Amino acid sequence: MEYGFTAAAYVVAVVLFIQSLGGLSGQESAKRAVWYGIVGMALAVATTLVGPGAGNWLISLIMVAVGGVIGWYVAQRVQMTEMPQLVAAMHSLVGLAAVFIGYNTHIELGRVMGMDEAARAALDGFAALVAHKSGAEISILRVETFLGVFIGAVTFTGSVIAFGKLAGKVDGKAKKLPGVHVLKAGVALILLLLFVYLQSGSSLALIAMTLAAFFIGYQVIMGIGGADMPVVVSMLNSYSGWAAAAIGFSLSNDLLIVVGALVGSSGAILSYIMCKAMNRSFISVILGGFGGPIGPTMEVTGEQISIDAEGVAAALNDADSVIIIPGYGMAVAQAQQTVSELTRKLRAKGKTVRFAIHPVAGRLPGHMNVLLAEAKVPYDIVLEMDEINDDFSNTDVAIVIGSNDIVNPAAQEDPNSPIAGMPVLECWKAKQVFVSKRGQGTGYSGIENPLFFKENTRMFYGDAKKSLDALLPMID
Amino acid sequence: MKIGAPKEILEGENRVAMTPDSAIALAKLGHTCVIESGAGVKAGFSDVAYKAAGVEVVKTASALFKAADVVVKVRGPKPKEARMLRQGQTLISFFWPAQNTDLLDTCKAQGSTVVAMDMVPRISRAQKMDALSSMANIAGYRAVIEAGNNFDRFFTGQVTAAGKVPPAKVLIVGAGVAGLSAIGTSVSLGAIVYAFDVRPEVAEQIESMGANFVFLEFEPTQDGAATGGYAAPSSPQFRKKQIAKFREMAPDIDIVITTALIPGRPAPKLWTEDMVKLMKPGSVIVDLAAERGGNCDLTVQDQKIVTDNGVTIVGYTDFPSRMAAQASTLYATNIRHMLTDLTPKKDGTIFHNMEDDVIRGATVIHEGSITFPPPPPKIAAIAAAKPKEKLKELTPEEKRAAETAAFKEQTRNQVGMLVIGGGLILLAGLYAPASSVSHFIVFVLSVYVGVQVIWNVSHSLHTPLMSVTNAISSIIILGALMQIGSGNWLVVILSALSVLMAGINIFGGFMVTRRMLAMFQKS
Repeated sequence: MEYGFTAAAYVVAVVLFIQSLGGLSGQESAKRAVWYGIVGMALAVATTLVGPGAGNWLISLIMVAVGGVIGWYVAQRVQMTEMPQLVAAMHSLVGLAAVFIGYNTHIELGRVMGMDEAARAALDGFAALVAHKSGAEISILRVETFLGVFIGAVTFTGSVIAFGKLAGKVDGKAKKLPGVHVLKAGVALILLLLFVYLQSGSSLALIAMTLAAFFIGYQVIMGIGGADMPVVVSMLNSYSGWAAAAIGFSLSNDLLIVVGALVGSSGAILSYIMCKAMNRSFISVILGGFGGPIGPTMEVTGEQISIDAEGVAAALNDADSVIIIPGYGMAVAQAQQTVSELTRKLRAKGKTVRFAIHPVAGRLPGHMNVLLAEAKVPYDIVLEMDEINDDFSNTDVAIVIGSNDIVNPAAQEDPNSPIAGMPVLECWKAKQVFVSKRGQGTGYSGIENPLFFKENTRMFYGDAKKSLDALLPMID
Repeated sequence: MKIGAPKEILEGENRVAMTPDSAIALAKLGHTCVIESGAGVKAGFSDVAYKAAGVEVVKTASALFKAADVVVKVRGPKPKEARMLRQGQTLISFFWPAQNTDLLDTCKAQGSTVVAMDMVPRISRAQKMDALSSMANIAGYRAVIEAGNNFDRFFTGQVTAAGKVPPAKVLIVGAGVAGLSAIGTSVSLGAIVYAFDVRPEVAEQIESMGANFVFLEFEPTQDGAATGGYAAPSSPQFRKKQIAKFREMAPDIDIVITTALIPGRPAPKLWTEDMVKLMKPGSVIVDLAAERGGNCDLTVQDQKIVTDNGVTIVGYTDFPSRMAAQASTLYATNIRHMLTDLTPKKDGTIFHNMEDDVIRGATVIHEGSITFPPPPPKIAAIAAAKPKEKLKELTPEEKRAAETAAFKEQTRNQVGMLVIGGGLILLAGLYAPASSVSHFIVFVLSVYVGVQVIWNVSHSLHTPLMSVTNAISSIIILGALMQIGSGNWLVVILSALSVLMAGINIFGGFMVTRRMLAMFQKS
């Protein structure tokens, strides 16, 4: 089919993709929006298959079918608590595909360069496109390919490590990065390789760069700890988009560029939102670990007072308004169903029950919303931090389920705290606060939480699911 | 162990330290209970009721002291009672050890252990056994009721067919437990309530009860946290201001309830004789500090007097005893909580753990030696109040200046970014071939569109956003599809693998997004 038709189809696909992302502004429109995305993708794939340059139909179709079946199967089986792992795994696939396609470009380029004029004229498809390029264009193509492979490789290893950390297969603790010198040396090495590659088109340089990029991806993500995972995952999301865009440049395919840029900016914005929610700069997250405290942190005085299920039930039965603050602990304990049941029971008694979600609660942007939705908690009682923070003072009971840093008053009260200035849910303003927590430890960040020592806080120790299961029958 | 409650022998004391309900709860701890015949009658609990609760009733006090391992009482023991204590016996009651050193020695000589309910430290964990607070709560309530009894007007304002009734104005001095209780009671009766306290941090509590905090223009000097939540003596300057304020209010106020006490000192004189003279006839003063000399100059302990200008001053000291049933129920519960802590295994054996802050604090005699005063508790009662930083109120000019500066800053940033970005693109355009530049335009525009679109995505849909962008980023499949027709076998293999991986992503990404979105339901 003609090039013009393909281009037109791409325009339609682009519009559909933008609609698909734009539709996510509301829960109801999102259900429609995902179909726009599907149609856009189908259109793009179909026109490319029939468009100029494609071949080996059979292999293509078989591969899409096989991939489709695997994807379908995984998507049906995955637990909602495993979403972060799944997303990370999918990023790694995009990264690896980008590396492969970059290599293909490199190989084709080498092949075409080796041909004489007559053979070039006989080429079709992608090779023909390459064959028409001038000297300057070849250089640019090499830069683009180099970039695509580099970003793809970083995304690949980074996502694999992120997957491992999220799935608990790799230790979630932040490993200290080697010093700044090593980083500088790495950057210098990559630049040197780029220069060599530009001059010679040497395969060796490309392979060396790929290995270096693999290592960089590994190092960077190893240096980032569990609670920073929302930033990491959205950052990798962004990278996978940029990789696609870079590949689009090297293939002169506008659709790839547009979609890559859309995805890239989407991930970048998500990372920005996450960093802002933690009041940390993107750089400090990437370089891993918290900076040393500026001065001595405030001494926490008082004692943690524990309470049993009976006490919590009595308070809940008396309360008129309840706010629940879920965190990663709820996901770990798989307690969302019990939380939902608790909510249903309390609401049936005419109490106001709402959920307060901190932007970085969980291990993935929006993680808690998905878990609560899975457990059939209506989304209109699930509120964002800014929407609900002022309401805590009129609330009888706040229940914190498996979250720690996002409810830490030290962020506001102690300028020397490592999380000073981070916006937090002000649950301590509620008349009573119950904290469901496994033990007395300080959790991932190792920061003491003065909330647990407050006068109106009671600690409800134990696995979140077990404690809530014990609590449930006592609500009447 | 056997827990026994004797009859209170102090004249006018109607309370009892054990109720049938508390006896049932004590039985659950593995204890047995015994009571002196008639001990609960004045509080409304008959011997029959006790028997029904499984309590043994004995005829005399001496029989009870002999039978019981633990004696629970309301008032501290009289010398007669103290002599009946024996080796190894535990006494739990109010004791006031600082004021009663002789009694302390007597009990020590008897070899018994004494737990003073008035010495329970003021920490959160010990609130359930804080008998002072539960008694103060009753006193505050009763004070309002006594005032109402002697005040011949409504509390609440009314407009009736027979004319308009102004609401009563009540001033509560000292917003401790009793003061807050009095505030709550008078507010619910409909009066206009003013309250004063030297501790500025209680202003919030006062306002939360619905009263107006009487505000004094004064630099706050004291921190209630340093004194375990109690008030400390105030400076002469502060006192002068305070008196002046009261004098100003006196002619207006119908009912004054004073509850100001400083631990270990006579009550401060806050309502002077001239203030009483300024008050309207028919006004009432209830002085809850009468036992320690009273906050009012004219208070007579245990009596109600009427001044020459018709102001009634109530100086009773037995408010809790005047509501014996309620007071006994609460006190017995405090005692029961104390025994719960003393019986950690719930097996009927007392374990006197002197490592425990609460038990250590309340115990004044243990194993033959006086353990009063206790060391300071390991944990502070109330977190130290932080000095509040005052935010400077900006003048409109300053505000406008700040806004202009912010706007300028923003403009500078934006222009700077545009100049740098534009410059870079122009520079690239100088050297790059035309085809690359056109792709670059597409790229920049797409980033711009992406930013605009994504900002509007709802926070709760961030996970679906990630999975859908994931699916969409598999658009990279196009690259593989374009290359798969190549003549090179390596390229074909790599392309095929890429198509496979992208295929997984497309289907997986869209499927899982649909699954997630389907779960979002409106209530």
